[in-house]
Amino acid sequence: MSTRIEARFAALKAEGRAALVTFTMSGDPDCATSLALAKALPKAGADVIELGMPFTDPMADGPAIQAAGVRALKGGQTLIKTLALVREFRKDNDTTPIVLMGYYNPIYIYGVDKFLVDAKDAGVDGLIVVDLPPEEDVELCLPALKAGLNFIRLATPTTDDKRLPTVLNNTSGFVYYVSITGITGSAAPDAGKVAAAVGRIKRHTKLPVAVGFGVRNAESARAIAAGADGVVVGSALVDVLRANLDTNGKAGPNLVKAVTDLVSDIAQGVRSAKRVAAE
Amino acid sequence: MTVSQVNSFRTGPDERGHFGIYGGRFVAETLMPLILELEKAYNEAKADPAYQKEMDHYLAHYVGRPSPLYFAERLTEKFGGAKIYLKREDLNHTGAHKVNNVTGQIMLAKRMGKKRIIAETGAGMHGVATATLCAKFGLPCIVYMGAVDVERQQPNVLRMKMLGAEVRAVESGSKTLKDAMNEALRDWVTNVADTFYCIGTVAGPHPYPAMVRDFQCIIGKETREQMMAAEGRLPDSLVACIGGGSNAMGLFHPFLDDRSVEIYGVEAAGHGIPSGQHAASVAGGRPGVLHGNRTYLLMDPDGQIIEAHSISAGLDYPGIGPEHAWLNDMGRVKFLSATDDEAVAAFQLCSQLEGIIPALEPAHALARVFELAPQKPKDHLMVVNLSGRGDKDLASVEAFLESKKK
Repeated sequence: MSTRIEARFAALKAEGRAALVTFTMSGDPDCATSLALAKALPKAGADVIELGMPFTDPMADGPAIQAAGVRALKGGQTLIKTLALVREFRKDNDTTPIVLMGYYNPIYIYGVDKFLVDAKDAGVDGLIVVDLPPEEDVELCLPALKAGLNFIRLATPTTDDKRLPTVLNNTSGFVYYVSITGITGSAAPDAGKVAAAVGRIKRHTKLPVAVGFGVRNAESARAIAAGADGVVVGSALVDVLRANLDTNGKAGPNLVKAVTDLVSDIAQGVRSAKRVAAE
Repeated sequence: MTVSQVNSFRTGPDERGHFGIYGGRFVAETLMPLILELEKAYNEAKADPAYQKEMDHYLAHYVGRPSPLYFAERLTEKFGGAKIYLKREDLNHTGAHKVNNVTGQIMLAKRMGKKRIIAETGAGMHGVATATLCAKFGLPCIVYMGAVDVERQQPNVLRMKMLGAEVRAVESGSKTLKDAMNEALRDWVTNVADTFYCIGTVAGPHPYPAMVRDFQCIIGKETREQMMAAEGRLPDSLVACIGGGSNAMGLFHPFLDDRSVEIYGVEAAGHGIPSGQHAASVAGGRPGVLHGNRTYLLMDPDGQIIEAHSISAGLDYPGIGPEHAWLNDMGRVKFLSATDDEAVAAFQLCSQLEGIIPALEPAHALARVFELAPQKPKDHLMVVNLSGRGDKDLASVEAFLESKKK
């Protein structure tokens, strides 16, 4: 059974271009706005949508995404509401893959089995759970795979050749290569080094490799897209969203347009990349 | 709760870092190779007599161990029951038990060739101990401390700065210990190559809970010997305060298999458990996953972490070490709690009757001792871990007492 993620990456491979994967925080700054934004993302050029599940203690996130989580939680976002948002999105989009990204505790408290049933039913395609390394696969990864969801794992510069097989084992959908050691929103990666790292991962897997951390505009996206199967952009979008909040922290009138304009711009970068990625 | 029938309570964790369902390694992939490297290095060091010998040397001549086991005659007299003994960890160099663990970790960091030390701190005692050992061994030291704690523990901030450490005030979240730990983890994720993260309590991803416990076990080992020398037998009960739980684990662990010894952990009840404003994760929490391990946590129904409250910065944490969570479930350790009011009253009484100003953290343990001791016969031997000294808390206590007058 092919998931929406697998179908999307296969189709883009046939087109000969990289995927644009966007990250926004569900419920930031409120549930209705983040739904409107999610709905507008595919038209702006997002090929895969990552939705953050806000958590009070995001240990691997930088200030921009920490603040997005705080805004979402203040706005009353919960995991139940995030799943409802996905269900709403699916009413008029059955093709764009949705990946939920966050930390384990809210899922653990929701109840792993119930969460997997509800997520699948809502139309979620994959999960990225930052604090679940392969050593903890029995917690969520193996049950998720069994439930027909992709479990997308992060590989990092500290994941050496000896460890890569451990990380790639039980990974599905795509591999998310975190291009620098650090928190989200950190400095831009070196495109040459990234392509080399993607090549290294590809020697161990047939899965597509998407690269994230440090992508901020069309230019950096184009550079990364030349050497990867996907480009993830997150903090840059969250920064634009924040810049379009009013003084009370509520969504300003141009918020969705401002974010999707940047997505369109970055999508142009991704689509115009000269691909050198060897299969 | 009845005590479970197991052969030993001292064999954990398993090779994956689990104490029953608790513990584990819930960290980002970036950190996973580092904690595997740490585990390997620690196991090698543990088996190396030279490492142990060097540590014993510093613990004796730099830290000033063994710390006395002191018979608190006037407190005993006042309560008219159990003989109350104080394990004087407040007399260690830097003024608390934290230095036992830091000595072990900094020597391990040196052995691993790490060039930069980071730490989180709540009350500042772990930060001071880390800054101290870093000064001694010439290592740069960065201490993350919640902005609220920087404010209420100024003396320790000044000490850390004098020792050459950089104190970074953390403005995110509740601006206390939990957020300091988040920020330290973010630093570690960013500076993986040269940085050693010196965790101050028996929490975090495996191997930290077991490693910190091992370093702190000197408290319990000494207590055994000292009590044998003083009374010719083991104590009947042990009492210690619990935030993350390192001073408690250090005292308890060597006695876990001595079934006759009653063991009490005292959590911080803040304004009272029913108020919701407390730091008692066993009494008021349930199992969840945070900071690399599964343990009891204070959470809302969505699994979001709730801010803890305690007058004591060292106990102001919404979780507890995973081995304590397991010992609670097994019924081996009985968990109690003490409010801000009770702790401050105990702080005053200990100061005035024994001439010993305890830190607010062990004042929580003393508060329960004052209730337990009168219920015990006069030949009952009760040991309370006086885990640190209270100089750092004088301003907080003064302000608390002033606010009560109004």
